[in-house]
Amino acid sequence: MVGYYVELALRNMKRNKMLTALMVLAIAVGIGASMTTLTVMHLLAGDPLPGRSQHIYYPQVDVNPESKGREPFDVLDYRTAVDLWSSHRADRQALVVDSPVKLEAPESGLPPLMLPMLSTTSDFFAMFDAPFRFGHGWSAADDAARTRVAVISSDLNQKLFGGENSVGRTLRLRGKDVRIVGVLAPWRPSPLFYDVRGGRFSNGDTADFYSKPEDVITPLNTALEINDGNFQQFTCWAMPAIPGHLQNSPCVWVALWVQLGDASKVAAYRRYLDDYAAEQKRLGRIAVADNNRMRSLMGWLDFNGVVPNDVKLQTMLAFAFLVICLCNVVGLLLAKFLRRGGEIGLRRALGATRKTVFAQYLVEAGVIGVVGGLGGLLLTLLGLALVRRQPVPYADFIHLDMSMFLTTFALSVGVSLVAGMLPALRASLVEPALQLKVI
Amino acid sequence: MSTMQFQPILAALRKHRIATALIALEIALACAVLCNACFLIMQRVQAMHVVSGIDESALGTIKLDGFDPGQATDLNARVLAGLRGVAGVQSATVVTAVPFSQHAGRAGVFLDPDKAQLGGVVEFYLASPGAAEAFGLHLLSGRMPAQDEYMPVATFVPKNPPVLITRALAEHFWPGENPLGKIFWSEETFRVIGILDHLAVPEPGGGEAKDPDWSVYVPAQPGPQFAGRYLIRADPADLPGVMGRAREAVRKAAPEAVIDQAQSQTIGELRSKYFLGSRVMAGLLVGVVVALLGTTALGIVGLASFWVAQRRKQIGVRRALGATSGDILRYFQLENFLIVTIGIVLGMALAFGINVALMKFYELPHLPLWYFPIGAAALWLLGQLAVLAPALRAASVPPVAAMRSA
Repeated sequence: MVGYYVELALRNMKRNKMLTALMVLAIAVGIGASMTTLTVMHLLAGDPLPGRSQHIYYPQVDVNPESKGREPFDVLDYRTAVDLWSSHRADRQALVVDSPVKLEAPESGLPPLMLPMLSTTSDFFAMFDAPFRFGHGWSAADDAARTRVAVISSDLNQKLFGGENSVGRTLRLRGKDVRIVGVLAPWRPSPLFYDVRGGRFSNGDTADFYSKPEDVITPLNTALEINDGNFQQFTCWAMPAIPGHLQNSPCVWVALWVQLGDASKVAAYRRYLDDYAAEQKRLGRIAVADNNRMRSLMGWLDFNGVVPNDVKLQTMLAFAFLVICLCNVVGLLLAKFLRRGGEIGLRRALGATRKTVFAQYLVEAGVIGVVGGLGGLLLTLLGLALVRRQPVPYADFIHLDMSMFLTTFALSVGVSLVAGMLPALRASLVEPALQLKVI
Repeated sequence: MSTMQFQPILAALRKHRIATALIALEIALACAVLCNACFLIMQRVQAMHVVSGIDESALGTIKLDGFDPGQATDLNARVLAGLRGVAGVQSATVVTAVPFSQHAGRAGVFLDPDKAQLGGVVEFYLASPGAAEAFGLHLLSGRMPAQDEYMPVATFVPKNPPVLITRALAEHFWPGENPLGKIFWSEETFRVIGILDHLAVPEPGGGEAKDPDWSVYVPAQPGPQFAGRYLIRADPADLPGVMGRAREAVRKAAPEAVIDQAQSQTIGELRSKYFLGSRVMAGLLVGVVVALLGTTALGIVGLASFWVAQRRKQIGVRRALGATSGDILRYFQLENFLIVTIGIVLGMALAFGINVALMKFYELPHLPLWYFPIGAAALWLLGQLAVLAPALRAASVPPVAAMRSA
């Protein structure tokens, strides 16, 4: 029966080409706009560490000695961060610091570059599942010994060494030689979650959270030696004595990430944070002991409102547009179906029930939805291609994945069925006798 | 001419309640989105036209990284000498930032020495002698810094410096008072010696400054904490060529440093790049508005055409009973006007609601009331244009149509 209705629908679509084209166009444009923006939203709001993020936490201690008990700073001062890190109370823990560094690769013959350098500790790679193409990370012993080693990104390896195995080669970071011990495979966590901070001060202009990972990664203790004077504070409650040298400074600038395997470990770590803060308060270093936080990775991203406001606005606009297109389709379907009042009356007189008439016209709406959905898919691909050409940091990873591909069809058929409901109902209410009289 | 007959139109609309409601709903949504989208576009356009207060067309900047701060004094001397030797460079000075670059010094300042009354988070520009003239800053009152007031940088500014602030900042700090000689505090004590007409912050619209003009201009002597960004002034016609030669000269004068290519451009280029995202978003919003109006118009055309076709016989009867084709035309125009009006009334309420919701999420002001009449006029016009073709078709229905069935 449905097959027959589909055949009828296709025949009817051909009958009034103009009206059909208008409806298909309205659905295609509405679906194209909303699926483009929804795909971008879906990619930006996604989990950067699927399957792992639920075990990753971001501890915060209110380290401000002048704190009035408001939201603690987004990052920690050096002493607190190192105290918490070196206690090794979590399954894994990593400190994260970013600083600009001058990089030279004497073998490559390229002029010196300024790059952001990620400085962290040995657990980073295992904890965040960073994939290695060549070599491996460094050990806890390297952390302690300030070994001059580095891990580089796949991009930088391509640029400097043409993509070959560069493990064992030397980079010069601010004039100091470091040995490459690992080369990452292409890795694009989005957002760049471990660097996310300060979102609430950004007025929703958060596109930079989707930048690429740093090209150079070094042990924190090594970086403190080679890049001393170039570290940047998140904020300070007093001026640092030596700018860019932030150990023992009244500044916050170090992020700590921990991995906690189960709920009891999470509870234990929270207790540990509170105990630590209480102890520091007794020592007179901090003002408020019970103003600590430990958000999960996704909780921290939510707190920072990582999805840019512009993207949310675009999505809202696109869906408002889809609703307007939908109104249009309902109106046009109504016109189309009621024009065939005579035919419906005849079918009813020949014994078709209201239900079958309703079903037939709903199928027709659905067929229009499928055709509109195909158009919408093409427009979505076009829209995403346009987004990829935008000057935004997330442009490079925008693509249509399987779930969004299926959503496109589900949405277009769903939308057209909703749109078809009312006109089909009206059509099914046509009285057989009345219409036959007119004919 | 016959009077406008509301009665039959209302009766006809009552018979087509669903279709009428649909068109009205569509108009309402279009009205709400139109008003808010236009408002957002205007906001972006206004932000893009921020007055920087400097001679943008005559200025360029070069930024260096990767040098040893210990060598900064020597670096500054070498770079400045190199730049001043470039043909076409009228002046070369050291600054920490320029409008539309990156923020360099940002701090909360207080209006009392006990730091109880927060004045706001403001942006600091450090500038070497000659930079104020190079920028082309417009002094409203007070004086420019004297030669001996350019002191070495202590923390992030020189010790207790004299400063210039903008009119907007002075009004914010001390409304209605003479700001000259007033003092504000952070780590240091700042004494106001002059008021500038405008000086935009390096990242207008970003950061924590509540106004794009919340800048503080601090005279300072270049040195270890104050090096690496240079302001170049040249004849606007020569500027692109001068910038190319200047980059080359700096490369030779400071081979150990790295030129930040993205930041070493003319102010015009920096401005254009700074607002690229806003321009794209404004363009997108314009696209949405056009698509929206187009879709709405098509919807009106489609449904009006259907109604005309459906009422052919009635139109024929009316024509046979003496109605002129003008009467028929006006009937459909008036009908459209009524439906659009219902939509606009609904749309206004919706537009207001959306605005209130947007204000919660974005730092947006209230939707100005004058958007409503303009939005209404636009939709009335759109409705009339869209209905014209179907209405003309209706008007051309001959009286004889009354005698033919369906």
